[in-house]
Amino acid sequence: MSEHLLEIRDLQARVADGGIEILRGVDLVVQPGEMHALMGPNGSGKSTLAKVIAGHPGYEVTGGDVLLDGKSILDLEPDERSRSGLFLAFQYPAEIPGVSIANFLRTSINARRGEEEGDLDVFAFQKLLNEKLGLLQVQPSFAARYVNDGFSGGEKKRNEILQMAMLEPSMAVMDETDSGLDIDALRIVSEGVNTLRGQDERMGVLLITHYKRILGYLQPDHVHVMLNGRIAHSGGPELADQLEEMGYDWLHEPEPEPVG
Amino acid sequence: MPDNETVTDLGLDEYKYDFVTDEKPLFKAEKGLSEELVRQISAHKDEPEWMLEFRLKALETFYSKPMPNWGGDLSTLDLDEIYFYLKPQDQMERSWDDVPENIKETFERLGIPEAERKILAGVGAQFESEMVYHSLKEEWEEQGIIFESIEDGLRKYPEIFREHFATIVPPQDNKYAALNSAVWSGGSFVYIPAGVKVEIPLQAYFRVNAEQMGQFERTLIICEEGSQAHYIEGCTAPVYTTESFHSGVIEIIVKKNARFRYTTIQNWSNNMYNLVTQRAMVHENANMEWVDGNLGSKLTMKYPSCYLVGERAHGEILSIAYAGDGQHQDTGGKVVHAAPNTTSQIVSKSISKGTGRSTYRGLCKVYDGAINSKSNVECDALLLNDTSRTDTYPYIEIDENQSSIGHEASVSKVGEEQLFYLMSRGLSEEQAMTMVVRGFIEPIAKELPLEYAIELNRLIELEMEGSVG
Repeated sequence: MSEHLLEIRDLQARVADGGIEILRGVDLVVQPGEMHALMGPNGSGKSTLAKVIAGHPGYEVTGGDVLLDGKSILDLEPDERSRSGLFLAFQYPAEIPGVSIANFLRTSINARRGEEEGDLDVFAFQKLLNEKLGLLQVQPSFAARYVNDGFSGGEKKRNEILQMAMLEPSMAVMDETDSGLDIDALRIVSEGVNTLRGQDERMGVLLITHYKRILGYLQPDHVHVMLNGRIAHSGGPELADQLEEMGYDWLHEPEPEPVG
Repeated sequence: MPDNETVTDLGLDEYKYDFVTDEKPLFKAEKGLSEELVRQISAHKDEPEWMLEFRLKALETFYSKPMPNWGGDLSTLDLDEIYFYLKPQDQMERSWDDVPENIKETFERLGIPEAERKILAGVGAQFESEMVYHSLKEEWEEQGIIFESIEDGLRKYPEIFREHFATIVPPQDNKYAALNSAVWSGGSFVYIPAGVKVEIPLQAYFRVNAEQMGQFERTLIICEEGSQAHYIEGCTAPVYTTESFHSGVIEIIVKKNARFRYTTIQNWSNNMYNLVTQRAMVHENANMEWVDGNLGSKLTMKYPSCYLVGERAHGEILSIAYAGDGQHQDTGGKVVHAAPNTTSQIVSKSISKGTGRSTYRGLCKVYDGAINSKSNVECDALLLNDTSRTDTYPYIEIDENQSSIGHEASVSKVGEEQLFYLMSRGLSEEQAMTMVVRGFIEPIAKELPLEYAIELNRLIELEMEGSVG
């Protein structure tokens, strides 16, 4: 068996400083090249899982482990996790007024290059940027705008995918990237993700979503349902269809506990 | 008066001479302030009688005015311990070895060329830019532009000088303007003739002369009707002086239809009290812009102002202040609307780090009769730590109902979500913090000439080092 790309073992986490427990023992394994969809009702812990994987300081891990390429990343800072190949496409990306997307991307790319490699040549960077902008069908002027400052919901999501395309992660966690996108934007973003997967066949994707809609464009290998801080049910692509039809009520929690 | 030969004019040969030998008896004033000292300064500069009288009267005014009881804490400023006049040669007595290590290191890391480092540290003259300056100067002279040291301005152009000097900032204006008026030394004299447009910014940096920027520098700028120019003073590298008190006066007259921009970035060493009066008189349909950056110093009190005295005059003040540990930046701007249809804008941004404190202090005054005046004030403060502090004192006095004044103020902290977002892309916490700060000052940095903007950004990066645990 090949080494797991991302392995989440019995992960438990709560809001930092003794807040409420949100993840109550999550198990999930993503192999290289796989796409997993994570679905579930609001408040089931999907976004928290994404943030905990990326190292958000607002949460505290109380048990279990997260491994990337077989190594635990829980002791790593968010920037170290990123440089190890992890990428989180945010549901609500922060606005950074005064900082252009291009400047931000160049700093990010240079931050993951080694000392001896040195900074990426400005022209090489520009070439790469133009290529990725083309891939996502975004005007070059987009990169001159300040990061997420005054962006529409759809523009923010596109910016997330642009960053993902530029940083070429080995494991991407996409937190509700489809919400707030109109049908054209959804198609372009999905095609972008598919192209990236085509370029790097080993890239893993964990796609968090509410809707089956995006799954028409991105074909997940596995679908999971999260309920009350745990993966309650896993299956193939057909599970998404069932959920679409029947909702979440037919799924029972793995153990009888009051629903929060 | 020297013959108008360029070399004599620039004072370079004299400079070199003084630099290599120390034989000439040097004038060295005593510590503290006295009438005798003021007379000595005037005699030393070989000034006309009226200037001596002006200085003496200003000294009286200084004595008669109480210390300001608003703004920053001046209680530790001991005027008896200050040298009020140093001839440049005295300043040159300092050697490179005397310059503190941290200042040298900052020069190094800012990538300031060797020759310039010495100027900035006050231990050398700027010979490198001689040629650049020379060719620019010829071009300027052909257009009738005067760009001289303030001393040479008084000597060579007594009529224009006297007509305008101290008309914008009279000694009675405030205690420190009075002090400056009594002991001023160094600074620029600029005259732009009617209709002349100067493309290349006039930089104090280029003006090679014996008088380096002094503690009590005085600058007088006159823009005749329809002229256009940009003047730049200072630089982002830390200015090292052993003196701890700087009190300048900048006077600018922007006549009908003229446009003028004054850009200054100052980064004083952390023992400095920096109290500056900068004011512009803006006439009919004229445009004045202050771009003002304040870093370093122990306490800076500085409020560039625009007096809009002609119809449709426009004034703009963009300021940025950075208060590091133990520093207090008490800055802002003043706009006075004294004619109809005048407009103004103040954009002030401050960053406070560690125990730094930044204060926005602004005045917007609209006189009766200044109908349809519009003013907009925006001040944003960014706090980097729980120990940093910011205050806002916007004074608004409106005597005219038909006018519109807007004021917006915001205080923000670098947010956890912003940092997490940037870090999740591989930036270290420090890089992330620096990026947020750079973005915050971008609206002002983009108004700066490129090399200044780059220097400012590099400086902010240096300042941000060690800002996170």
